[in-house]
Formats: sequence, structure tokens, C-alpha cells
Amino acid sequence: MSKKTLIVIGNGMVGHHFLEQLVATPAAADFDIKVFGEEKLLAYDRVHLSEYFGGSTHADLAMGTADWYAENNIDLRLCEQVTGIDRDNQTITTPVGEYSYDELVLATGSYPFVPPIKGNEHPHCLVYRTLEDLDSIRASADGAKTGVVVGGGLLGLEAANALKSLGLDAHVVEFAPRLMPVQLDSDGGALLKHKIEELGVQVHTEKATTEIIEGEDARLRMNFSDDSHLETDLIVFSAGIRPQDALARASDLAMGERGGIVINDQCTTSDPHIHAIGECALWSEKIFGLVAPGYTMARTLASVLSGDEEAAFTGADMSTKLKLLGVDVGSIGDAHAQTPGSRNIRFNDEQAGHYRRMVISEDGKTLLGAILVGDNSHYDTLLQYALNGIELPEQPETLILPESQGGAPTLGPDALPETASICSCHNVSKGDICGVIDAGCSDLGSVKTETKASTGCGGCAALLKNVVDSELEKRGVEVSKDICEHFPYSRQDLFNIVKVNGIRTFRTLIREHGKGHGCDICKPAVASILATCWNEHILATDHVPLQDTNDTFMANMQKNGTYSIVPRIPGGEITPDKLIVLGEVAKEYNLYTKITGGQRVDLFGATLSELPDIWEKLIAAGFETGHAYGKSLRTVKSCVGNTWCRYGVQDSVGMAITLENRYKGLRAPHKVKMAVSGCTRECAEAQSKDFGVIATENGWNLYVCGNGGMRPRHGDLFATDLSDEELIRTIDRVVMFYVRTADRLQRTSVWMENLEGGLDYLKQVVLEDSLGICDELEQHMADLVGTYQCEWKTAVEDPEKRKRFREFVNAPSKKDPVQQWTTERDQRRPVVEGEPA
Amino acid sequence: MKARTSWDVVCTVEDLVPESGVAVWTEDGPVAVFYLPHRLPALFAVSHTDPFTGKNVLARGITGDLKGQPVVASPLYKQHFNLQTGRCLEDEDVAVKTYPVLLDGNNVRVEIPAVNKESAAA
Repeated sequence: MSKKTLIVIGNGMVGHHFLEQLVATPAAADFDIKVFGEEKLLAYDRVHLSEYFGGSTHADLAMGTADWYAENNIDLRLCEQVTGIDRDNQTITTPVGEYSYDELVLATGSYPFVPPIKGNEHPHCLVYRTLEDLDSIRASADGAKTGVVVGGGLLGLEAANALKSLGLDAHVVEFAPRLMPVQLDSDGGALLKHKIEELGVQVHTEKATTEIIEGEDARLRMNFSDDSHLETDLIVFSAGIRPQDALARASDLAMGERGGIVINDQCTTSDPHIHAIGECALWSEKIFGLVAPGYTMARTLASVLSGDEEAAFTGADMSTKLKLLGVDVGSIGDAHAQTPGSRNIRFNDEQAGHYRRMVISEDGKTLLGAILVGDNSHYDTLLQYALNGIELPEQPETLILPESQGGAPTLGPDALPETASICSCHNVSKGDICGVIDAGCSDLGSVKTETKASTGCGGCAALLKNVVDSELEKRGVEVSKDICEHFPYSRQDLFNIVKVNGIRTFRTLIREHGKGHGCDICKPAVASILATCWNEHILATDHVPLQDTNDTFMANMQKNGTYSIVPRIPGGEITPDKLIVLGEVAKEYNLYTKITGGQRVDLFGATLSELPDIWEKLIAAGFETGHAYGKSLRTVKSCVGNTWCRYGVQDSVGMAITLENRYKGLRAPHKVKMAVSGCTRECAEAQSKDFGVIATENGWNLYVCGNGGMRPRHGDLFATDLSDEELIRTIDRVVMFYVRTADRLQRTSVWMENLEGGLDYLKQVVLEDSLGICDELEQHMADLVGTYQCEWKTAVEDPEKRKRFREFVNAPSKKDPVQQWTTERDQRRPVVEGEPA
Repeated sequence: MKARTSWDVVCTVEDLVPESGVAVWTEDGPVAVFYLPHRLPALFAVSHTDPFTGKNVLARGITGDLKGQPVVASPLYKQHFNLQTGRCLEDEDVAVKTYPVLLDGNNVRVEIPAVNKESAAA
């Protein structure tokens, strides 16, 4: 079957979102896709346009990349304006040529409305819509003192903020009696005006501009209908938008009375092969001037074109939550109480500058709309009441009253129905979130990755966290930072308590800072903290009962209750003599033998009472414990480096051994792995490790917080071309900062993801010493390195500690009777259930 | 007829590990004896066999308390067992056998039901 041609006119946010949605469906394969954009730039995020003045570039705001279009076989044609549509022949015309289509999508957006004021064509009269417009404003602001924005709506206030950020005296001129007339009432508008004026922006309401003429003290003078005037160097018009519908109009598609391409619920125009989405489209006599409804149309149309007959656009919620010039503004649903019989509850604290209004139904049961100015903390709850028709509490005013006047019961996430929309940018419902949690997501980060929730405007972040926490809690996943019922503290808190108070035993810690007797959650965590702080032997009498069986017996318990033995083989380098010893010991005790993923030898199947004897032999041969049992440094993997390899540029084996010997035995919240590669071929797979080192011509590149576990993550490049000393110092600092601040059982990758400020913050702390703690971190590491002991050596030399390894204390020679073995590939292994011995 | 029981000496105080368990061999099979010196009673004895896996490992679990009940967590899959009742906290249909235990001078004695002694002997 030959492919159909799909042409999209317009490469804005909505057009781009439509393509993203379409290529995700199998139907994408049926289409050759062409996209025409009038601007010279790829689709970018207009919602955050003003960040362009704060230093963001087009690349920061871009929504896709040229590569993305290429990878998806989309023919993207920028700077090519479509000039005509021939519906009969199904072709479009551009200055370059003629293209035929099977399906045509108009995503041409809107243009700023410039009121018909005499003099508005002056070169310092500008608009605020595209990055090019912003460049013009920036150019005009050069040498200017004062700037005026005409229009006190959402975008106008954004523009005023932009002028202010360019160093101008900013003014806002609004025709209506208040700011944001669409979203706010008079009290809300008055408060917003007051707050914005406090921030240094002059607001002039009820002003109608009659003409713009040359100024006396500035470039321009605006004359108003009330005979007053205002002088300014530039004017930005932000008086609303008009749908960009000229092309559709010229091709005789059905249009609205005041513009806009008429579409049905399937986003199709009066021509069945032409569709329209976004701000150029008129649905049910409405133009939506926000991005979320445009996205919803884009999703609908993508479904329609992929053959989904059920797909329909059914309208969109126009509620908004914003920070305008630093002032919180929220508007929900029927903010102006236009519903017959509706009633209002208002709370106005002029002292604090908080205004809240609820519009409720005649029967008092449902919330129809709301207005918030000065404090948006009630927004999420109110929005959920309104969107989901949740029955209001008996005293609905408690929802907007401050805490001290009766307390504001927030709507628990449990009260939300499955259909509740949590993220409207990406149309994620509570049910979607429950779905991915049931499918295995167990933290906020993975829910965000999986559903895209809260990755658009981010306004739903707090609500999303509440829902995720609540759903995880319901499934028995601990969300509270409290480590367990015995300590009302996080691991980091406990670390600080132990360190600052010099606490050396669990007993003291729980007596002074906890309650009860502890459990299998807090005891090992505290044991790890004590080990990091004081580095005493883990089998010291006070510490023995705190450890998981692996640490208690310094070996890994396997499924049949026997243990495995992993001697340290630093960097994976081992002499033939030592290899022979391993073989001999394994043979003597009939141990199953396997090379591990981390370049060591694992000996399986030792009983408890055999462990000390085996280790005695290994230690005599020069081995030491590999800490394979601990939440501690496991291995430092290496390739052979420049010692043998034709390509190696540094001695990766030497560095791996140095690192392994330095950090061996160090207790951490989770196991830690490292690797060193001798060149960029990366044979040691260093980027999948918590700490990865890759040799360069000039030294070492350090990658941090990678992970090869359940959720693989490549490490982030942290520092480049380090000398040996710089490398070790940097790793010292990151390791200690991780050990001190991570949660219980938190991998470095998750730690980094949850670190506020992320990689940049970590760089500041470690490379620039922004917290002034690097000396302390290094000193702590030096103490740990200096107090290292081979735990097995200490244990086998101490008869008291050896006693712990008796299988049965009253019958030392008695063998555990339940062990059953079979042979596979010439080695002994445990019998699995149901298998004959 | 009343079943006869006997209190066997299973180990001495020196064999016990505070806040933890040791395994002893009895005529009723392997038994885990726990010594929790900071509570009353301080001695507990339960079967050493983990009912979920059939492996003799319970004495090697971490002890503690959950909602006030003295517990041990199995070192294999971490289920908790009430040391007084033997009941599994995660699955109320599962329990480990418990034994009366006492300190007799320096000796730790566990009460072994005679009927099991006979069947073990047979």
C-alpha cells in the first residue's frame, strides 16, 4: 500500500505535540509527513518565553531537535510560508513549490491583536509572541528608560516582567477597570494591581489610548481618552490574540463570525481532509488561548488519524495557576459566578495580601469556580474539587480560611476519583499513575518518566507527589522519611545524631533518641552509620546483633542457608599461585566455583561452621575479605590498560588497585561499585558504575552515580583530565558526601536524582567547596582508610568471635541435616524444590 | 494420661549472644534460643527452621520489636515471627513452634514435649 501524505502547517507547540503523539501510534507508518513552519526556528516553548530575557536560548526552549524530525522521517521545512490551499486538487502552495496532501493539519496558531490606534505603526511599537519579537524588544530597549505594555492580561503581565528585567521603568495600561479581567474579579484585580505596583510596575486601569505621537521627553507619547497622557520609549501590545486563519479563510473553510477555523469534536474542519488544532481552531464557538487545550486537540487528532473512532475533543478546562512578577494568581472554572444560582464565599486579608473566592453551586455541594491572588497554596485542592465534582465539606469556607481560623482541610489524594486529572499538560489521570505504580514504579522519579506527568508546566508537582506518596503507602511502600517505628528520623538525621553526639552503640542511640528495641530495618542502618563514623569491627559484641546475617557471618547467605565466600581480588589482578589456592580450597570443601561479574571468584556452598576454617586458609595465602556481604565497596573492575593493551593510554589496573585498596571496607548506604577503563573503548564498562574512571591522554575523566542494577543509568561526567591525586581527592569527597547524606539503601543514582540541584549542585559542593565541608570530608575519609582492618583476619584470630560460627552451640560437630545436593556441570549445587536429591 | 515433658539443658549462659540468637540441637530437632537482656522475659526459644523455606536459619535473624511484640526476622526472606507466640506477622496462617525456656543457674533449659522425643527416637 502506498503511503498517504500528511502535511502539517505550523511548527509551534501544538503542531509539535501533534507530531510527537502521531509518531507514537502505529498509524505513523502509513504517512509521509511534511511540516511547514513560517519561523526560522524549530518549535519552542512559548509558555516560558520570558526566560529568554533571563539568559535562556532557543536551544533551551526548543521542544525537539532537527535529529528528532529526521529520525522519525518527518520532512521539516522551516522558513517556508504556505501561501495557498487548493482543496479541489488537495495541494498547497509555497514560494518554493506545490505539494499534494491526503490529509492537511492547520496548526497555525494565533497572532497578537494590535488595537487600531492611530500611530501604532511606529517602529518602537512592538508585540510579544515570538523569539524574534523578543529580539526586537531587546533592541528597542537599548537606550530606553521607560516601557509600556498595553493589555493587563496574562501575557501582558509577562511582558511587563520582561521589560522590567531589561531595566526599564515598566507600565501596564489596561482598558478594563482591573487587571486580568478574564480571570479575576474586582477585588482580586485590585489586590493584584497593588502587589504589582509594590514590585515597581505602574498599573493604569480604565485607560483607553486614543493616539500615539512623538514624545517630548521620551520617544513616544500615548494620549488617553480622559485627556491624560504617558510618555514612553517603547510600547508592547499584548491586548489578546487573534486566530491565524487567513489561509483557511482564503480557501473558503467554514469560519467563526469573529474568526477561527470551525472544527468538530474530531478537530476536522468543514473539509473532511483538513483539520485544525490549537489557537487557530474554533470549537463550540470558543478559541482557547492556553497551551493545554491545544495539546488535548493535538492528542485527539492524532488518535483520529490513527483510526480511533471514539476519539473526541470535548472541551478543556481553562483554569490557570501562575506566578506573575512573583505574585501568585489562580483562576478556576466559573470564576465570575455566571452559573445561575451560584453563591460566593470570599476571604480577603488586606494585611497579608491574600484574596480567595469560591463560587459554589446553589445547593452548596459543588465548587464551580475560584479566584486566588497572593497565595496559590489552596489551588490544587480547589481545582480537584471543581474538576471532579467532589462534594464539598459541610463548611466549605474551611477550604479557603487560614489555618488559625479553623484549619484548612486539604483534599487528601485518596478522595480523588481514578479519573481525576493530575497533569493536564500531558493528560495524566490518577488512574494512569496507579497503573504505572502497579506495573512497578516505586518512586516519584519513575512515575514522572513513565507518564510524563509534571514534565510540562510543572504546576501539578505538589499534587503529583501527594498522589504518588499516598498510592505507594497504600501498597506498603514506606514513604515517610522516618527510618522505622523506632526512630522518628531519616538516615541522614541519624548519621548527624551519631556523629555530633559521638554515639558509639545502638543501645545508646535508641535509648536517647528512639524508642523500643529496634528491628531489622533500623539495626543494620545504624550498624552501617556506626561503621562509617567509628570503623570498629562489625563483630564487636555491641555490633553483632545489629547486622544482617551476611554481615554477621561475613559471607552471603544463599537460598539453602549456606554461605558464599568472595576473597578480594583488587582490580581483578591475581597471581597463578593465588588462583591455585582458591582452587584447592574449593576442592577441599566441595564448593561450587564461579567467576563473578566484578572480576572475582565466588565459592558457594560453605556451611556456617566451615567458614572460619576456609578463611584461615585463604588469609594464610594472602587473601583478605572482599566485603561481598556488606553495603560497602565491592569491586573496582578494570581492563588491562596501557600495560598490555595497544590502545590503553593510562595504567587502569594500577589505578583500579589503588582505588580498591583505598575504599575497601568502607560502609555505605548501598553497595558501591567502581571501574577504571584505560581508554575510551571502555572495556571495564565504567560508566555503568557508581564511580567510573576513564583514561584520557591527559589523565582521568570521572563519571559519578551510574548504576547497572534494576534501573540502569549511565554515570554523569563529573570532572575531566584529573591527575591521580585530583581523582582520588574528588572521589573521596563525593563518596563521603553520599555516605553522609543518602537515605537508607539508596543507590548513588537515586541519591543524585533526588539531590536538589542535581549534578550542578554536587559539582558546587565537591569541586568548588560551596559548603566549606571538603576538608572535613577528606579528613573523614583519611580516618576510615587509616583504620581499615580485614574483618575476616580479625575474626579468625579471635576465639571468642569464632565461637559465633558454630552451627549448633551444643553440638559443634553436628551437620545441618536439611542440606540436599545434586551435581550439575561437574559441580555440586543445592537441590531445588521438587527435584529428587 | 498427661504427657510427660522434660527440660533439657541446651547450652550455658556463655553460649548466648545478647540481642541475638544461637542454634541448639535438641531431640525435637534444631531450636533457636534468643537472649534479649533488655526485656522481660529475656529468653525465647522457637524452632530454628524457617517455615517458608524449610531451612535451618532463624537463629541468624535480626531481633527487635514491632508494635511492642518481640520478633525475629528470617534472614532469608525477612518475614517476622513473634518470639512469644511463633506467629508470622506477614501471614497469620504460618507460625513457628515455640518452646518454654528457662535459666537454671548457668544452664539454659528448653522444655521438649515427650511425645516428640518418642517419635524422634522411633
